[in-house]
Amino acid sequence: MAIEYDHSVGHEPRVIGARSPRVEDPSLLKGQGCFLDDIQLPGTLHAAFVRSPHAHAHMVSIDATQALKLPGVHAVYTAKELESVLVKLRMPLGFPTTALPQNITPFVLCPKEVCFVGEAVAVVVATSRHIAEDAAELIAVEYEPLPMVHDCRQALEANAPAVRLESPSNELNHFKVAYGDVDAAFSQAHRVVQASLSTHRGAAHPIEGRGVMADFSVRSELTVWSSTQMSHDLRQMLCELLGLNEDRVRVIAPDVGGGFGCKFLVYPEEIAIAACAKLLGQPVKWVEDRSEHFVSAIQEREQFWDVEMALGPQAEILGIRGQMLHDQGAYTPQGINCPYNAATGVTGPYKVGAYHLEVSVVQTNKVPTIPVRGAGYPEAAFVMERLLDLASVELGIGREQIRARNLVSKAQMPYEKQIKNRAGAPIILDSGDYLHCQEMVLKHIDFEGFKARQLAAKGQGRYIGLGFAHGVKGTGRGPFESGTVKVSPAGLVSVYTGALAMGQGLKTALAQICAEQLGVSASDVEVVCGDTRFVTMGLGGFASRQTVTAGSSVHLAAIQVRKKALKVASQILEASEDDLELWDGFVKVKGTDKQLSLGDISRKLRGVPGYALPLGVEAGLEYSEHWQTEVLAYSHSFHACEVEVDVQTGGVKLLRYVASQDSGKLINPMIVEGQLHGGITHGIGNALFEFMGYDEQAQPFTTTFADYLLPTATEIPDFEILFHESPAPFNPLGVKGVGESGTVPVVATIFSAIDDALRDWNIHLKHAPVSPVKLLEEILNQETVS
Amino acid sequence: MSSNPVKTIAFNLNGQNVQEDIQSRLNLADFLRQQCHLTGTHVGCEHGVCGACTVLVEGRAVRACLMLAVQVDQKNVITVEGITPERGLSILQESFWSEHGLQCGFCTPGVLISLTQLLKDHASPSPEQIRDVLSGHLCRCTGYQNMVKACMVAAKRMRDEPSNALAPVLHEVKDGH
Repeated sequence: MAIEYDHSVGHEPRVIGARSPRVEDPSLLKGQGCFLDDIQLPGTLHAAFVRSPHAHAHMVSIDATQALKLPGVHAVYTAKELESVLVKLRMPLGFPTTALPQNITPFVLCPKEVCFVGEAVAVVVATSRHIAEDAAELIAVEYEPLPMVHDCRQALEANAPAVRLESPSNELNHFKVAYGDVDAAFSQAHRVVQASLSTHRGAAHPIEGRGVMADFSVRSELTVWSSTQMSHDLRQMLCELLGLNEDRVRVIAPDVGGGFGCKFLVYPEEIAIAACAKLLGQPVKWVEDRSEHFVSAIQEREQFWDVEMALGPQAEILGIRGQMLHDQGAYTPQGINCPYNAATGVTGPYKVGAYHLEVSVVQTNKVPTIPVRGAGYPEAAFVMERLLDLASVELGIGREQIRARNLVSKAQMPYEKQIKNRAGAPIILDSGDYLHCQEMVLKHIDFEGFKARQLAAKGQGRYIGLGFAHGVKGTGRGPFESGTVKVSPAGLVSVYTGALAMGQGLKTALAQICAEQLGVSASDVEVVCGDTRFVTMGLGGFASRQTVTAGSSVHLAAIQVRKKALKVASQILEASEDDLELWDGFVKVKGTDKQLSLGDISRKLRGVPGYALPLGVEAGLEYSEHWQTEVLAYSHSFHACEVEVDVQTGGVKLLRYVASQDSGKLINPMIVEGQLHGGITHGIGNALFEFMGYDEQAQPFTTTFADYLLPTATEIPDFEILFHESPAPFNPLGVKGVGESGTVPVVATIFSAIDDALRDWNIHLKHAPVSPVKLLEEILNQETVS
Repeated sequence: MSSNPVKTIAFNLNGQNVQEDIQSRLNLADFLRQQCHLTGTHVGCEHGVCGACTVLVEGRAVRACLMLAVQVDQKNVITVEGITPERGLSILQESFWSEHGLQCGFCTPGVLISLTQLLKDHASPSPEQIRDVLSGHLCRCTGYQNMVKACMVAAKRMRDEPSNALAPVLHEVKDGH
């Protein structure tokens, strides 16, 4: 069982909880951010990849003769050439925890059999990107097309072609998540509801795509700059694949222009560019363009669910059972945590008597998948909330009532679920008051008065609906994150962490946490992250984890630095520690003008040759902490929205959107609101706009922003955010993550509202996203039936 | 793909007269970033949708990825560097800071440029007008709401403090029209 922490700090928080302006912003606002492509080293060469136009084919030959004749071209490499500097050509498996078959990961460059459109088969290096692209077009690759799988349901058919010829089955993995006697639950059920549901494949689409630059030209040391969410894992894989000692490899993540999951992976391109730099002895840079992002950066969320829910006479959930297919894509770069999160996340904030889900993780000739913002939890919430809406109609009770009857109550917290996480530890909902949040939001949006408003609107020929949904998200994934707090002899306060900033405001949040203990202002704290030379270990930015994990480490380290400063000052100022206070960078003796700066204390602790350090302290005014956790902090969201549906066009307009968030204690409410705005907007994209289409040849057909629609400002309403703070008991700050939380209940909320607007048509939406055309089809189908 | 002819262009960049030899096929975004070393203009999609590369040409917001550099011959070009005062931040930039109108900051320079044009044309834009202008930009982080708020705050401050309203270089452009 996890340790419960006391969150009292001994003083009124000054910096934690404040809407501090972000320390990241001034340079970004002036256009002085330093993103990957802004780094311009002299002598840099530029790379372009040649990618497969086929979903499945054998490469017969690659002819680069014409390309190599083009002035400015330095090299064209295929798998064969790169192999000369690589230990192996195949990428190691990320998160190698679940028992999975061998030979499932992508290649640094594909040697023979291409398995999705966009897979890289060669790389051109030239003096400019323009020339590299010109040359890439001159490379003649002869392919022998093979039959392909475009849909994970097709993949399991008896005569389905193999996704990869090396793979004995298109089913990568089959697992079940189960507890209780689910068959008994169904045989005793008062009512059973059933649904076939699906969520669709979308991409992460940070506005800055991926990018990497590698330099091997100085002292045989490899320096790699990458727009990544995981600089330490990248270093490790570079070492493993290039056969280098860790001390000879430095990875730096510069300013990262958004990640949303797609940069939480070491990609073949990152290894290929480092290999090019080694072969050529010059810096080599590759910056992904948007067309490449559409066909080679990971995607998520394509799942097909057949599920049913057994309900008792009081609308209590007796059991849920069914099956789910998860479209894994052509390769498995990083385990199967996404379908696992979805499968274990269904019961979410609810008490469910028994559960049995069979999951097939299925390969297709499409872009590989790993988590995108939400990581399986949005799919889980979609399934659960859709079933509850259906049950509410079947049982004739209110949507709010059926939820209220089944939510885990505040008194039951911490609530241990019967489901285990992928490491085998039980899932524990640590804190929260779900029902209170539901009531708070429904009151705020005037749910009670909505029926009358809806009727009045209908009188004017307008169809409005109100929907709502719950979502929980496990945040703060361990095992640890590093945090070092250091004061320099000049009095500069620095934080070093293996966490990684990609736009969330991480540096500001950690600066606030540190500043709280050291009596300085957040803007005085320099946060260094993403650079493996300054920080030896770290896991990076994912799973809404950094405030919980890095925050806790920085908090505990800052407390130690504070204690040390007081101890030393007490000796030098000859005063009891109880009479000291730490303020504005000085330790002061209360009620006197005696003081000592943190810089002076730091200088003392750097030592003078031959002289002893102050008594009972170690050298340096600094401390490192690697706070560990085995459990997750579960954030909770309850969203409600009002929509208007145009029944002539199928268009959906969001009229109001209210969201409650329990992310425990808030370090900076302004940043948390911003995270929610972005997260909800991502969910709106998944509900109404973002559709990554593949045809029957597994050719992607939505590869521009004119075809794949991201939400823009005119589709998004002003969000009304309400906070409820239940401090997380299992970490020292009482915080929970937020980065992904906003996304989790959105599709379920909007679909519930659309259904509500279209009660006359008896519509129950089952497939996300719903475009105007799809919604109009639903409406017309129902009209034909009735 | 041919011999990539070179052409000399002369134009005004952020208030400075500049003459450069450029390849005819070079787009304005690549030219500004790679040849003029003004890396504040970002490239997000290279097909004219995301708006990250937006700059002002003759005072109008354009997508630098859809314009050839040769097309700015004899014209005025303003990038995010040109709307940034020598010290500190402009009112619009400050408002984005105080209202949390940015997160990763990659789309921000283009957004600031478009809103600069909006605020030049409309002293009191409505939230709907602002959203309309922002609809030409993709942002994956903010959900746009705080950008709208920041622009409203900036517009009010500019009305209240007209002398600080626009960075000096913009006054010159404005006067020229």
